[in-house]
Amino acid sequence: MFKYLKQLTSLVAMVTVLFTFTTESMAAKKSKTLKNTQKKGFVRCGVSQGLPGFSNADAAGNWTGIDVDVCRAVAAAVLGDANKVKFTPLSAKERFTALTSGEIDILSRNTTWTLSRDADIGLTFVGVNFYDGQGFMVRKSSGITSTSQFKDGISACTNIGTTTELNMRDFFNSKGIKYEPVAFEKADEVVAAYDAGRCDTYTTDKSGLAAQRTKMSNPDEHLVLPETVSKEPLGPVVRQGDSVWEDIVRWSLNTMIEAEEYGITSANADMMKTSDNPAIKRLVGAEGEMGAAFGLDNEWNLRIIKQVGNYGESYKRNIADTGILPDRGPNELWTKGGILYVPPSR
Amino acid sequence: MNFKLKDIGPQLMTVIAVVLVFGFFTYNAQVNMENRGIDFGYGFLSQESSFDVQFSLIEYDGSHSYFRAYLVGLLNTILVSVIGIFFATILGVIVGIARLSPNYLINKFAAFYVEFFRNIPLLLQIFFWYFAALRALPLPQDAEAMFGVTFLTIKGLFVPAFIWQNFNIFFYSIVAAIIAIIVIRYQAKRLQETQGKQTPVLLISIGLILILPLISFLIGGVRLSFEVPVLKQLATTSFIYEGGVSLPPELIALALSLSLYTATFIAECVRAGIQGVGKGQKEAAASIGLTPNQVLKLVVMPQALRIIIPPTTNQYLNLTKNSSLAAAIAYPDLVLVFAGTALMQTGKAIEIVSITMLTYLSLSIAISLFMNWYNNKIAIQEK
Repeated sequence: MFKYLKQLTSLVAMVTVLFTFTTESMAAKKSKTLKNTQKKGFVRCGVSQGLPGFSNADAAGNWTGIDVDVCRAVAAAVLGDANKVKFTPLSAKERFTALTSGEIDILSRNTTWTLSRDADIGLTFVGVNFYDGQGFMVRKSSGITSTSQFKDGISACTNIGTTTELNMRDFFNSKGIKYEPVAFEKADEVVAAYDAGRCDTYTTDKSGLAAQRTKMSNPDEHLVLPETVSKEPLGPVVRQGDSVWEDIVRWSLNTMIEAEEYGITSANADMMKTSDNPAIKRLVGAEGEMGAAFGLDNEWNLRIIKQVGNYGESYKRNIADTGILPDRGPNELWTKGGILYVPPSR
Repeated sequence: MNFKLKDIGPQLMTVIAVVLVFGFFTYNAQVNMENRGIDFGYGFLSQESSFDVQFSLIEYDGSHSYFRAYLVGLLNTILVSVIGIFFATILGVIVGIARLSPNYLINKFAAFYVEFFRNIPLLLQIFFWYFAALRALPLPQDAEAMFGVTFLTIKGLFVPAFIWQNFNIFFYSIVAAIIAIIVIRYQAKRLQETQGKQTPVLLISIGLILILPLISFLIGGVRLSFEVPVLKQLATTSFIYEGGVSLPPELIALALSLSLYTATFIAECVRAGIQGVGKGQKEAAASIGLTPNQVLKLVVMPQALRIIIPPTTNQYLNLTKNSSLAAAIAYPDLVLVFAGTALMQTGKAIEIVSITMLTYLSLSIAISLFMNWYNNKIAIQEK
């Protein structure tokens, strides 16, 4: 009796294993990251240590921001629930090592896309979710209204391990200005030192300046200078070598942007299923097999739009309504005078 | 034969285990790096670093190599460690002796200082000195001049720079004075051993170190002038001092907190050392007619030092390693410049972290070797 029971158990086990293998799609089999994510039941996402509008945790530990929304979109697509994300706050210095070592699977942390980062260190940038540029903040009382008023001996506070550090050198060198760089590891320490008067100017991406200004003891005393001294396309990053996962993250972001283009919002997404426009129907999973190539079901994009919203909703909720940057500038759709333009989902 | 195998067997197994563990980690790292398309190599050290550093002892800017950036960081680490060790030792010795003072106030004050500073985490102390004490310092335009030429501001300490003429002659005069002092000390010792005559070595030494350089000023053509920091306006409310030497507030805060923290431990070493010398030694020395000063100098201190040196070495090592907390307050030490910015810009995590670890290891071993040499020198010479 026991002998048969043993055999039966092993047979059941074998069948179960076989069944799991066959139901798993080719893509999922190819993508180790996707498989691991589905097994764990949450998306591992690296974010900043607190940058309002991009990735910031409230007192209850809830993360919000447009960088956070990228990870939520991926979780909605892959796991069906935008809340199934584990956020890991990282300093600028730690972020790439955390990604390449496999501690996180998406780095969505206002990270600038550059050639050397993309090509050199085992990373792949999947797109741009915010077009930014480096700027300078000064105290209004200093009377400085333009970077052309900077003089030899100026001290500039910034973060280490950022493109800012390199751009700053290029900028001051091209102007022939001698400057004192004061570089901290954490953004909060940069703000504290600048706020105390240690530095004459604080330099980082303009969106960062606008967000950090809200943390100053008196935000109205500070002014972001009009000049933009560099191109900073910020976007999510994944590990090199898993092209399926890369595609999932890229198209999760693209879906949000394209949904805004076609006027699909979290509120009307379900109704759009019956739209006459095939492009819209594809975006809400009512036409075509848009998820199969990733090993996902057909409503992955509908879930993103319903649970996270389109890019415009995310921008409004996180950046415009919080008073950080009410004007979308270059981050407006290409159809409305901005430069947001993504390939079509078809 | 069997006996030999029993002897070396466990050692052989240990070696094999260590090699296997290291081999596993190296192999693992290699495979993972290959999978992720990361190159391994030290070639980046000769590439242009393209970032600037706030404070450097050697000439450096972004057009120099990563290796030079490494040297900048290393020298800054050594600088803050040397300053820290210097002040921690002086303060530690004073407080250590003060703790043994019969004076109630001095005694309790020293005890309070030790208990207070050694029981607060160092990182908090660094933050306190940098972010709390720094905020209390005046802006450059509001700073009161100390001695008319030195300014302590939120942007740093600005002191006059020395501008020498014929500095080499002045330097030789100092060297000559030091050599003369060594010779006189040696002679004085011999004189005491052979004829029992005492020579006022200290007075002669002070005289020499003052008079020889003075002569170099009077007839050697040595001239010293000062370049005083001058306030310069950058914008309506933004000022800086130009000229002279500027010490960044990050260096001051770090050196201060390292010294104050480590001095407490050194003070305890000193107290333990002095208390470790038997009471009988002092009484015996007094009974053969030595003055209290001679008792301290000839009998107590030589024996106390033997107890003080080894634990103090540990404190020097701790201070050097603790200096890596500099990264928190933007002092450009090895960790901030090399294991921070350079690591970020190149992405060479394994290479840079390994170099940094080796560097700290070498620094610590160098300090250990020196202190061991000194310890041996003052140890009991068995005859």
